Amino acid sequence: METNDQYGGHHRSPGRTRFLMAAGAVALTLCAGLATPLGPAPQQARAADGGTKVLTVAVAQSVDSLSPFLAVRLLSTSIHRLTYEYLTNYDAEDNHVVPGLATKWESSPDKLTWTYTIRSDSTWSDGKRATAEDAAWTFRTMMTDPGAATANGSFVANFEKVTAPSPTRLVIKLKKPQATMTALDVPIVPRHVWEKVGDYTKFNNDKDFPVVGNGPFVLTDYKADSYVRLKANKDFWRGSPKFDELVFRYYKDQDAAVSALRKGEVSFVAGSPSLTPAQAASLKREKNIRVNDAPGRRFYALATNPGARARNGEKIGDGHPSLLDRRVRNALFMAVDRKTIIDKVFQGHAVEGAGYIPPRFSQYFWEPSDGQELAYDPAEAARLLDRAGYRKNGDGRRVGKDGEPIDYRVLCHATDPNDKAIGQYLEEWWGDLGIGVTLNCLDNVTDPWLAGEYDLAFDGWSVNPDPDFVLSIHTCAALPATPEETGATDNFICDRTYDELYARQLAEYDAGERADIVRQMESRLYDLGYMNVMAYPNAVEAYRTDQIASITTMPAEAGNIYGQDGYWSWWSAVPADSADTGGDASSTGVIIGIVAGVVVLAGLGALVAVRRRATAEDRE
Amino acid sequence: MTADATSASVGGRLTTAYPRHVAGKVAGAAVSLLAVLVTGFFLFRMIPGDPVRFMTGGRPVSAGQLATYRQEFGLDLPLWQQFTDYCGKALTGDLGTSYQFNAPVVDKITEALPNTLLLTGTAFVIYTVLGILLGTRSAWRHGRLGDRLNTGLALVLYSLPSFWLGLLLIVTLSVGIGPLPGLFPTGGMESGGKEGLAYAVDVAHHLVLPVVTLVAVEYGQTLLVTRSALLDEMGSDYLTTARAKGLRDDLVRRRHALPNALLPTVTLIFINLGRTVAGVILVETVFSWPGLGGLFYQALTVPDLPLVQGLFLVFAAAVILMNTLADLIYPLFDPRVGR
Repeated sequence: METNDQYGGHHRSPGRTRFLMAAGAVALTLCAGLATPLGPAPQQARAADGGTKVLTVAVAQSVDSLSPFLAVRLLSTSIHRLTYEYLTNYDAEDNHVVPGLATKWESSPDKLTWTYTIRSDSTWSDGKRATAEDAAWTFRTMMTDPGAATANGSFVANFEKVTAPSPTRLVIKLKKPQATMTALDVPIVPRHVWEKVGDYTKFNNDKDFPVVGNGPFVLTDYKADSYVRLKANKDFWRGSPKFDELVFRYYKDQDAAVSALRKGEVSFVAGSPSLTPAQAASLKREKNIRVNDAPGRRFYALATNPGARARNGEKIGDGHPSLLDRRVRNALFMAVDRKTIIDKVFQGHAVEGAGYIPPRFSQYFWEPSDGQELAYDPAEAARLLDRAGYRKNGDGRRVGKDGEPIDYRVLCHATDPNDKAIGQYLEEWWGDLGIGVTLNCLDNVTDPWLAGEYDLAFDGWSVNPDPDFVLSIHTCAALPATPEETGATDNFICDRTYDELYARQLAEYDAGERADIVRQMESRLYDLGYMNVMAYPNAVEAYRTDQIASITTMPAEAGNIYGQDGYWSWWSAVPADSADTGGDASSTGVIIGIVAGVVVLAGLGALVAVRRRATAEDRE
Repeated sequence: MTADATSASVGGRLTTAYPRHVAGKVAGAAVSLLAVLVTGFFLFRMIPGDPVRFMTGGRPVSAGQLATYRQEFGLDLPLWQQFTDYCGKALTGDLGTSYQFNAPVVDKITEALPNTLLLTGTAFVIYTVLGILLGTRSAWRHGRLGDRLNTGLALVLYSLPSFWLGLLLIVTLSVGIGPLPGLFPTGGMESGGKEGLAYAVDVAHHLVLPVVTLVAVEYGQTLLVTRSALLDEMGSDYLTTARAKGLRDDLVRRRHALPNALLPTVTLIFINLGRTVAGVILVETVFSWPGLGGLFYQALTVPDLPLVQGLFLVFAAAVILMNTLADLIYPLFDPRVGR
């Protein structure tokens, strides 16, 4: 017998009492949830307090700022779309421009003066009327205060003068023609509130609630990385939203967000940027959940280093010289099997790539003609390389003009599994051509990208209804002025023909004519072979049909819900009017409480029994 | 002779060398903090990436605008000048302005710190108490089935990835499984729109699963350290003497063995206490807890240099402070330390 057992008494020791108390405390902590009202899956979008209809959206992205002058992130700008009117909006059906705060607009014959008619039935949430002066003041502030130009300064860079001759008339004078004047994505703010702000770079608009606005919702509360709460604006000129409240709740982990949707804690999950194929597949099997697998607004491409240079002609970086030959670029892209990428990597949640602008923007969508298309044809790719003078050596490796085997460095995002998966396919496909591939997957690709120290890179952009921006990043003007500076270029493309087309589309006010020029630009970009658009990834999102009866997608026929170019989804969402099937919460709670209590007591009883047995041994 | 006289001199009188011991430790802490200030500044500038390009990515910006940003953030200044500016401001409590949140770093930290302390502090108290209690009992009954089960379970839980365990708890206890409905929220710290007692209950409700996750993966460490230290003590003569005097086994354990075995555990407690400030990135992410861990991760991805540096400084300061406190408290347990 061990010495430490020799003197055990059969009375309850203070130590045991303390231990049992501690164990009980831990058990109580674990059961704390039982002391609170149970929250079984709410079968309708209805809060407990007074039947308020709440639409809860799971989000992951932090708010950068709630100031319309500073915010650039998708969530923040989406909130601004909901809380402030813009001059114009985009139709949910097909993205064409529709009235917003402005009901009409026209340009002067010389294309330099735009006159907007401002609606008279829009009021700020503090009761004051929204006027042309609010719009004029917003634009003028951005033109004169660099701090206020932080987020949207590019929209007013070409403005010469902005005036409001009357409450319903806004006049903008331009320095040169600008076709994007019906696509000014700038929240118009109430002058009487914002003119009191001292320093626009420091004011985040996140302290005083409710925030005065005139959109379909009013921002009523915000807690960083916890929630953003908005209330329906009953006086919204287009009509009040059907839900009383819209809440963006934070779920930093997408699996947790999906769990919250399953449970009914949230009505909608967008994914960031998309639900994974596995998540979508599992949610499809759920009753009362609809997965919206919609054509996205992004393109996913492989960009080539075109011999990066600054505007002053100086070379930047060390792109492989063979890529200056268009035949080589075309050969590489003919050796990429887009169908396999869609089927195997995106598992069907994407559309095969073609032109630069995704098909959902139908007026600008372009596809190569049969004779123009660089279809998947590895044999033809090999012949092209041979003709270009890049033949295989004895080891089966293609060699460059310097006699060295060609090995391309492909820049990829370490955080994007698609990049890595496609990279492995490239190793195989281009390996068959005799070309080596070195995948350079980094958390932050910016540095080598800006330094031009890559041969090819995975690239992708979200496209807006007005494509001006994604077109502008391939102009010579976007190049950095010198190698030491940073330009707005995406990947150093500089082509005179493309630039001429770009300038023409920007000065073309006829929508049809402009779309035609844009398609010519896409064709030119395709022929140059600098951008191989492999896919248009879908926006995969899901919502509860027992909470949301109907919701508008954009485009209406098949489009996304989260991150639209307008407020259509949340403004139009109709609450489900299902019966409350989760009404036995209290009885369920009682049952579970009893069961848990029994489990805890049984545990404690077992502990005492074990202890008693031990002391019995001691007594012997 | 009193019973206490049989044990080692726990809580004995501090020697006259103690003030010198304190001064040395405090000076050491100050030097460490200064080293952190310098290291943090240069270390995070080695992170690849251009904060300005990251923040302006995806929208039209002119080269002029980019230059304005650089000027605004002070990134156009020589590195030595950026460093002196940073040190000068840090000494006055100004840790700069976060690039991505456009807010003072101090504000962002003070906003998230209470949330982190609530989560990690609650978990810390529970796993420390639980670890010491179970570790003590395990050691006292070492080799038995209870001990083997205890240490086995602790080791298994200690080895589990916290995010995996967290997700498992969400799926089972939050969403519900089979006939069992969900009992706890899937994430966040509060439902919003509640005040007073309802708010406190709501936060407590949200707190349970992340705390359980943290306790499950952390208590094992305290258990094992306590058990190991107590096993080392158990063969000591003074314990045999105490038993020979007829003291109850429970008293021998609590009054004599445990205090002398607690030194390694005290060290661990203070290390863990220092860590509580840094938050727990994985658990905070899985449970969408708005704390410093998640903030640090977001800051690193940009890189949001002022925020990264500020958080690094706070985390390091917490660890240094707690280690210094531990050093100052040791002589209370063992006067030989302060000599």
